[in-house]
Amino acid sequence: MPDARLPDAPGTIAVHCRVNGRQETLRDYPMARLLDTLREKLHLTGIKEGCGEGECGACSVELNGKLVNSCLIPIAQVEGAEIRTIEGVATKEQLNIVQQAFISYGGAQCGICTPGMVLAAVNLLEQNNHPTEPEIRAALAGNLCRCTGYMKIFESILRACDRTEVQS
Amino acid sequence: MRHPIIGESVPRKEGREKVTGKALYTDDVTFPNSLYGVTVRSPIARGKIRAIHFNPTIPWHEFVVVTAKDIPGKNCIALLEDDQPCLAADVVNHPEEPIVLLAHKDKYLAEEARRAVRIDIDPLPAIFTMEDSLACKEVIWRKDNIFKSLSVDKGEVDAAWASADKIVEGEYETGAQEQLYIEPQGMIATANPSEGVTVWGSLQCPYYVHKALSAIFGLPKEKIRVVQLETGGGFGGKEEYPSMIAAHAALLAWKSGKPVKIIYDRAEDMVATTKRHPSRTRHRTAVTRDGKLLAMDIDFTLDGGAYLTLSPVVLSRGTIHAAGPYNCPNVRIRSRVVATNMPPHGAFRGFGAPQSVFALERHLDQVAKAVALAPDEFRRRNFIRKGQTLAVGQVVHEEIDMSELLERALKLSDYRAKRDRFARENPTQTIKRGIGFASFLHGAGFTGSGEEYLASVADVEATPEGRVRVYAASTEMGQGTNTIFSQIAADALGLDYADIEVMQPDTAQVPNSGPTVASRTCMIVGKLVETAAIGIKESLQRHNFLQERYDRQAFVAACRRYHDEVGPLRATSRYSPPPNIHWDEHLYRGDAYGAYGWAVYVAEVSVDTATYETRVEDFVAVQEVGRVINPVLAAGQVEGGVAQGIGFALYEKVVWQEGRMINNQMTNYIMPTSMDLPPIRVHFEELPYTRGPAGAKGIGELPLDGTAPAIINAIENATGICIRRIPMTPEDLMAALDATREKAIA
Repeated sequence: MPDARLPDAPGTIAVHCRVNGRQETLRDYPMARLLDTLREKLHLTGIKEGCGEGECGACSVELNGKLVNSCLIPIAQVEGAEIRTIEGVATKEQLNIVQQAFISYGGAQCGICTPGMVLAAVNLLEQNNHPTEPEIRAALAGNLCRCTGYMKIFESILRACDRTEVQS
Repeated sequence: MRHPIIGESVPRKEGREKVTGKALYTDDVTFPNSLYGVTVRSPIARGKIRAIHFNPTIPWHEFVVVTAKDIPGKNCIALLEDDQPCLAADVVNHPEEPIVLLAHKDKYLAEEARRAVRIDIDPLPAIFTMEDSLACKEVIWRKDNIFKSLSVDKGEVDAAWASADKIVEGEYETGAQEQLYIEPQGMIATANPSEGVTVWGSLQCPYYVHKALSAIFGLPKEKIRVVQLETGGGFGGKEEYPSMIAAHAALLAWKSGKPVKIIYDRAEDMVATTKRHPSRTRHRTAVTRDGKLLAMDIDFTLDGGAYLTLSPVVLSRGTIHAAGPYNCPNVRIRSRVVATNMPPHGAFRGFGAPQSVFALERHLDQVAKAVALAPDEFRRRNFIRKGQTLAVGQVVHEEIDMSELLERALKLSDYRAKRDRFARENPTQTIKRGIGFASFLHGAGFTGSGEEYLASVADVEATPEGRVRVYAASTEMGQGTNTIFSQIAADALGLDYADIEVMQPDTAQVPNSGPTVASRTCMIVGKLVETAAIGIKESLQRHNFLQERYDRQAFVAACRRYHDEVGPLRATSRYSPPPNIHWDEHLYRGDAYGAYGWAVYVAEVSVDTATYETRVEDFVAVQEVGRVINPVLAAGQVEGGVAQGIGFALYEKVVWQEGRMINNQMTNYIMPTSMDLPPIRVHFEELPYTRGPAGAKGIGELPLDGTAPAIINAIENATGICIRRIPMTPEDLMAALDATREKAIA
């Protein structure tokens, strides 16, 4: 089988999209999962594979502002898209308020669901900056966590809504 | 004054890497020129391997192929006994048993090739139930299918039946449960005869993997190196099985001369790796009419699967916890773990105790009912007190007052008022409400003389700059090892949290502080860290480089001076058992654990009798675990454990067919989501334990023990239906409710 890492491997396509604010050209097979292409070609390994079938949300990324499971997106679908991954959430020096709250209030334990969970929370807060707990629960329903029982994740997000209470 | 660091919720050490996605898990690490390994497994439960066919559509010359013949040392996963092969050679004993390993640089082609290998097996009769195993329908393990049996005897059970006012019997079952860490298992290996074998991976117990690799390669210990990478959850599931994957990756690396990575996908992880042991418990209990326990006769059976693995130890913990925190003069426990042709069951948080505690706490509600006492009053009359003896003959020396713990839990949950209100309102409601609880204990650390046998070691080092480093094989897998070790060392040395660094578990660098299991990391290894840290301070003071009272600056100066005038500064601490602790492994009597966690959990449920949906509406968890080192981490342990317990009780059903899990996907094996959980309200009672670091005991497993029985007790309170088997799915509830209705009509 040809190696898709070669720029002109037969059967591969070039897809142009913006990833974390940078213009990228991704070359891969059209049905390659966005998850694999981002991890392997752009080394964005903050995106995790937990189940490979869209159940766990560990591979969550933002696609044109919407949270999606990147394990279910073939790269042929992302031509011209704007993609944000966990790597695009913090600036070089400054964590996002949600990331800071996850550290302060115990929102992360083993950390494997955390990138997807943080992205889901950031995505929620950008649409609704003061969600209620039921709204938070609904927004995270596609992101599974086996460690925390979710309580400290809810608390982290609620605290993140009130910046003054988040300690650094 | 320095800020006290024990009891403070300092932020998780590796928190920043985790929230930014920078933390590197096994699949995130790539070596140049590496190959991807896959595993070809047995399609059936039991049989003789006749032939292995390689479909010619695959370019096999590009592949590295490993079978049992390629193993340079002993073909076994060395653990308690050497019965489990690393690769099946002649026979298979369970579905999905590994037989052939393949590696290729293209992971997609490797997967295609896996499906192009056909293994012909002449089937042999297999057994899939504990009953068939006990009846020796087929003998699949030595002479009687019994991996291990245990007996606990206190008093004279048979003499008590005659004087009993009531005798209550019951049988209870728990199903297999998948650990379902969100990061599937994975390993990377390099291996060659000159440099030996090195593996990096997702694992709980570096020295278990180390021991297994040493046997498989026939190499001396110093030729094996095991490094833990960031581990995305374990819960026991990465206790023993990583040895298997490490061996497979290393065998492929050995033969190919290239680094090999094996990452299981979710389906393979669920179908092939260990789960919680299914259990069946029979209780026969004698009580007086005023509700005093006279005798408990307990029969406890676990399904161990096809190989022994850790089953005897799981049986041990389940057996010792089977009689709970109660004072009963006569107790008999007979237990055994049996062989079946299922994949071996293994470690899962709680390790046998959630199974036997479920049975006991369900049963005691039945006993209370038989003597017309409220469940809380019945327990109050029988709780163990200081100075009394547990079933194994251990005298309780802790200052625990279970009645007080119970009272606090009942108040926090508004138990009495709710019980009254639900009893009033339920008869006219389609959605019935109920409230129930469980009271229980969980021993921390290895059982009996286990810790003495392990003789764990931890080191603390101070650099010339006054940086303090902790060296231990205890792994961080989300529970907070890095953070609490840092807090303990900082407290012992009077330094800041930021001054402490916990080193990566790497067997070339860290001593063997034992496996990261059994709620032992904080209490046992934390104590070693504390002692070693004090050793650093004492070394500095012995040389008069440091005064009795000092500040951080003085500590840094003293470290510099020590390095200049004496040399490297490192202190070692080795476990020594507390005085006056005795355990008789033969009689199964004595001090089973150095200390226990004690708890009362209250669950409130709603049961929709039209849709058969059960929801946990509120949950109160009150526990005594000694001094709490980090309240946010400790509460996080309880909340996460309760969530897993809710899954164990209501959702997580492994469906078996001919010994194989057939719902091995997150789509049809259902764990709790953010929509499913009630508020989990966690409260600590703190009685400092003198032999724990800063007074702490263990906590990790405790929450799995009491959650499920509290929920099922609440369901009985809501519906009057006695559920004896978990998980209780809506289908099970429907069957039970329909049976009751039919009975009422008849």
